[in-house]
Amino acid sequence: MLSLDLSFYNWELFTNYILKGLLFSVQLTVIATIGGIVLGTFLALMRLSGKPSLVYPATFYVNTMRSIPLVMVILWFFLLIPMLIGRPIGADLSATITFIAFEAAFFSEIVRAGIQSVPRGQAYAAEALGMTYGQNMRFIVLPQAFRNMIPVFMTQTIILFQDTSLVYAIGAYDLLKGFEIAGKNYGRPIETYILAAFTYFIICFSLSKVVRKIHAKVAIIR
Amino acid sequence: MAFDLGVFCKSTLDGEAVDHCFSALLGLGQNADPSYLDWLMKAWSWTLAVAGLSLLIALVLGVLMGTLRTLPDGSGLSRWLVRISTAWVELFRNIPILVQVFLWYHVIPAFVLPLKALPSYWLVSIALGFFTSARIAEQVRAGIQALPSGQRMAATALGLTTLQSYRYVILPMALRIVIPPLTSESMNVIKNSSVAFAVSVPELTLFAMQAQEETSRGVEIYLAVTLLYALSAFGVNRVMTWIEKRTRIPGFIVPSDNVAAH
Repeated sequence: MLSLDLSFYNWELFTNYILKGLLFSVQLTVIATIGGIVLGTFLALMRLSGKPSLVYPATFYVNTMRSIPLVMVILWFFLLIPMLIGRPIGADLSATITFIAFEAAFFSEIVRAGIQSVPRGQAYAAEALGMTYGQNMRFIVLPQAFRNMIPVFMTQTIILFQDTSLVYAIGAYDLLKGFEIAGKNYGRPIETYILAAFTYFIICFSLSKVVRKIHAKVAIIR
Repeated sequence: MAFDLGVFCKSTLDGEAVDHCFSALLGLGQNADPSYLDWLMKAWSWTLAVAGLSLLIALVLGVLMGTLRTLPDGSGLSRWLVRISTAWVELFRNIPILVQVFLWYHVIPAFVLPLKALPSYWLVSIALGFFTSARIAEQVRAGIQALPSGQRMAATALGLTTLQSYRYVILPMALRIVIPPLTSESMNVIKNSSVAFAVSVPELTLFAMQAQEETSRGVEIYLAVTLLYALSAFGVNRVMTWIEKRTRIPGFIVPSDNVAAH
């Protein structure tokens, strides 16, 4: 039977190995969430526009992204971006671009469902008041839609945070990588994998509790 | 860099073109050098094996845990079962799948020695199966809770025990309701099986990485792998839709079109 020894895990190790990875994972999550929501909103508006020249490209993009494993998407971008711009880019930047592009497809589905959840009468009323399509979306439909979407957005962000660990495939330095390198350097891989799991669990579990609270609040207002 | 599918007919040993490229697919040319096409097909079968085993584990555990979470408030035993299944779901869905794969591969065999004898493909399948079981459990729970409460009451009024009312009344209804969300979870299992590359299971993603490195024909290799993933997920979708149609009770469950393939 093997015994665990966690005494090697101290503040110095945390700041030297883990913190850098944690910051990258959080940064990647935040940037991909914001970028994904912005891009995803445009994709959703394209799909709802009713113009075939906009609907088909957006639908194709979303369905393609949703049917490929994220690891393969990460590999694709890591391969294609240097080919297109003609010079290599780092794993960190490549991962950031990949996650924005990938999450946009998932957020667009959430936004689309959110827009469709706003009663038709709202959009008709705005039209009757003489608002343009842009004004209608900007002042009437999207504000209501986003309010409905907040809990789903946050759930997706938790999944996104978990998914950032997959940048392992191209060797970016994220939270998991930080633990792995620390484990190798200290000769304690078993303990560091347990600590990694524990860290991810604490973060995701507490975030999901927060989401549940917010969900209850939003639900009462409606 | 022209697009060149000839790479799949090259030998994996010396990079020279082999003449039996497609015959090897049909089981001929067994003793010759394997081509990249052979390797690709072998990798695909590994992906399907990992995904299939994971899905089996996930369905059994997911239905069990999801059902336990809905047990009525009653004896001490049922209260404990609810607690255990809730903890199960929270544990396995709040840790990233890649970390869980590493736990099953590096950590747990160090404590549970018999697991050391298992091949890594089994360990990955257990990891992916447990991870997915938490999601399936949530779907099953939602399906059971979506049933009108009169169903359960009627079963009790007829004198059925808890076990009987689940077996004959609640689960036959709920499991039909959850087939559409289970379809998308099953497709997710195909996609998530790609994490097996991290512990060197020779499946499609690992093939993509290694073959890209060896041949520098990344676009062709990745394209083939991506298409096989999409094809596999589509196949799962068709099978699940067929099951949904076969098990449908006319007039009971409204067919849902939103999960059907587009």
